[in-house]
Amino acid sequence: MLSVSQLSIDYGSNRVVSDLNLALGESEILMLVGPTGCGKSTILQALAGLIPISAGEINLGKWRATPKLTVPPEKRSVGMVFQDFALFPHLTVEQNICFRLKDTAIADHWITLLGLEAFRNKKPATLSGGQKQRVALARTLAHQPDFVLLDEPLSNLDAALKDMLRWDIRNALKKAGVPAIWVTHDQEEALSVGDRVGVLDGGKIQQIDSPERCFSIPNNRFVARFLGEASFIRGQFANNQATTAIGNVPAHGVDCQQGDVDVLLRPDDVMLVQGEIGNNGVVVWVRFEGGSRLCAVELSCKTVVTSRVSHEVVVSPGDKVHVSLSTSHPLAVYKRED
Amino acid sequence: MRLPPSYPMALLAALITLTPIVILITLATDASSLFDSHNLKILGNTLSLMVLTVIGSIVIGVPLAFISAYVHLPFKKLWLVFFAAPLAIPSYIGAFTLYAAFGSGGEIHNLLGIELPSMDGLSGAAIVMTLYTFPFVMMTTRSSLLSLDASMVNAARTLGMSMTESVFKVILPRVVNGIAAGSLLVALYTLSDFGTPAMMRLDTFTRVIYVEYNSFELSRAAMLSLQLLVIVGFLLLIESQIKTASERHGRALMLFPNNWQLGAMFAMFAPVLLLAIGLPLAIFSLWLARDGFSSFDFSIAWNSAYASAIAAVVAVIVAIPVAHAALSGKTGRIMERVTYFGFGIPGIVMGTALVYGGLQLPFLYQTLGLLIIAYMLRFLPLAVGSVRTSTEHLDPSLVKSARVLGASPREAFTRITLPLTMRGIIAGAALVFLESMRELEATLLLGPTGFETLSTYLWRVYEAGYFGRAAIPGLLLVLISACGLAIMMSGEKRNQPEH
Repeated sequence: MLSVSQLSIDYGSNRVVSDLNLALGESEILMLVGPTGCGKSTILQALAGLIPISAGEINLGKWRATPKLTVPPEKRSVGMVFQDFALFPHLTVEQNICFRLKDTAIADHWITLLGLEAFRNKKPATLSGGQKQRVALARTLAHQPDFVLLDEPLSNLDAALKDMLRWDIRNALKKAGVPAIWVTHDQEEALSVGDRVGVLDGGKIQQIDSPERCFSIPNNRFVARFLGEASFIRGQFANNQATTAIGNVPAHGVDCQQGDVDVLLRPDDVMLVQGEIGNNGVVVWVRFEGGSRLCAVELSCKTVVTSRVSHEVVVSPGDKVHVSLSTSHPLAVYKRED
Repeated sequence: MRLPPSYPMALLAALITLTPIVILITLATDASSLFDSHNLKILGNTLSLMVLTVIGSIVIGVPLAFISAYVHLPFKKLWLVFFAAPLAIPSYIGAFTLYAAFGSGGEIHNLLGIELPSMDGLSGAAIVMTLYTFPFVMMTTRSSLLSLDASMVNAARTLGMSMTESVFKVILPRVVNGIAAGSLLVALYTLSDFGTPAMMRLDTFTRVIYVEYNSFELSRAAMLSLQLLVIVGFLLLIESQIKTASERHGRALMLFPNNWQLGAMFAMFAPVLLLAIGLPLAIFSLWLARDGFSSFDFSIAWNSAYASAIAAVVAVIVAIPVAHAALSGKTGRIMERVTYFGFGIPGIVMGTALVYGGLQLPFLYQTLGLLIIAYMLRFLPLAVGSVRTSTEHLDPSLVKSARVLGASPREAFTRITLPLTMRGIIAGAALVFLESMRELEATLLLGPTGFETLSTYLWRVYEAGYFGRAAIPGLLLVLISACGLAIMMSGEKRNQPEH
């Protein structure tokens, strides 16, 4: 079981990751997500032993690494799937997968499972992006690592492939029963395939929780905005209840128990109705999303909230509409920022 | 902090590269006078030859660069090969054949009865050097031209500027650095060339150093060598100041000439190519027809080949750690830069230094080992450059990936890095081999007694006046140089980014 405590990493005099703590459950997939430059890839490189660490400890049980006590990558029983696949161009698919294997039966197992039989004797250069990614995954899993690190494994692939491969990778990891840390900058990917999600910013973990909790009760406004469309409305908070200009809802105080607060609204929490009377807002912009429309509505108090409506509801900028809150689950509230 | 494992080897290589300069400085302190009126004449000749050659190369090279980059020609690739082909002929071979062809009693006079002015002295040397160095200017200018986006010329023309005016106001100012880079290469090549001024009987530094060496004035030769090195160093300093502009790459301009324009272009470059390539090949063929194969001793070719082969292997073995050091850190890059000194040191200067070094170390004197060291020092940068580029292009995550899969650094090197850089290593070895084969001046000074190579044999034939015997070694040398050029040009193509 991998556990990381108080891990810090410096590039020169620049601290890029500070005080990272995490523990990986048995066969758990932990997603690390954050904006470019937040240190997520750096963390993987450090866990694999490819770059030195400045403080803290990485412990797998069979080995322990600290700034003084370095463990070379080949002794860490780690598997890593690289962003650019890193397939050896002079070796065939099979030779790549069997790179350091004595027993090739396990390689055959993954070749079959990931549908690579037809490419066994091909060179990586002749494969498509999705096939390369499968080879990289097969190579990693065939070497039977104790934990797997995936460094933005889908970022070099077409959008159509991404969605399918995302689930193939998850299923393969679960079949192998091996824990994994999967780095991505795509919040949708993070929320959908992970057992847990860790949100990073500025080299620090902002929140590490189940996808549902990260999305609905974010630890702070950065996490709230990073994981999806978010708007905030002023309200009064007391007795687990928030009162706002567009309705009253159950609420959960993140950093306060009562008083003046901002309530986090996801587009699905806001109901939009077109009518003749009782309108309380004006549509500012509309984005067509296929099955739905995302609308921004400016209230009379100048607050702008977003609402997702069915594609059947046709609204245009300038329309007067009525918006209200309609949720049964508690919304996150934060102490008012002025 | 642990030092990269390649550092000790690279440091050793860098130190060895510096020894010729140290030897020259100690040797020159014995010389009677630092500078006299005779020196002034040598300096004048050397600089005149350099300036005339640079001017000639620009006059021929820039228009050819323009044509090969922008003009739509039938068989475009073939023309490019022709324009670069003079590099495949060692300039001493050009000097030899042009000297033999021109003048009263020259081959042209004998054959056609037309008496042409003789080709020697400053004008002869400048013509020969221009003919064999203009491709440097052509190639650097061409690559600058190709990197320019056509949209700016198109913009100028839609704003009402004529094509000719656009060439001078919009294109040329942006390729000045490319022209300058090529001109510097020409200048450096001219300074260090020995064969051409020697055969044209022009007293430049290189020729006089050889004369002094032959009259056992080693310290005077060393003093002259140092003076020449100062000029070389000055040029290298200028070179380091030239920045190649980095414009956003785009689609290059393409011009479609009419038949009349095509004819005019052909009339311009045909004489140049005829003189530079056609004439030497014709003269050698003539001699071959006249004298036949019988007079040539093929063991000479074997001598050339095996000395060069050993030099190539040694150079590559030294180049691998130097190239790796260059990629692992700042200190390593400095060590790599130092090994480039050898390339800047003219062969005759390197020869002088190592002859003296050999005199101090009797176990090396008059041995093949000393000659191989000279080859290695002169051409190491070719091997380093080739190995380095192939290593640079290696995706770093491949080695990381091998390590993560459980391979030790050593296993990752032998199973991943080495096989993937093998092409570069072999290309580097081939370049060193081919350059050593055509090397003349250091071989003249350092070859063990009785050890003749193709190039020194050619020199002896020239000195003795048995011109006909030059045919086979001459043609072999042209063939070898052509192979070297082909490797270099294909390497250049490989290193360009894919689109």
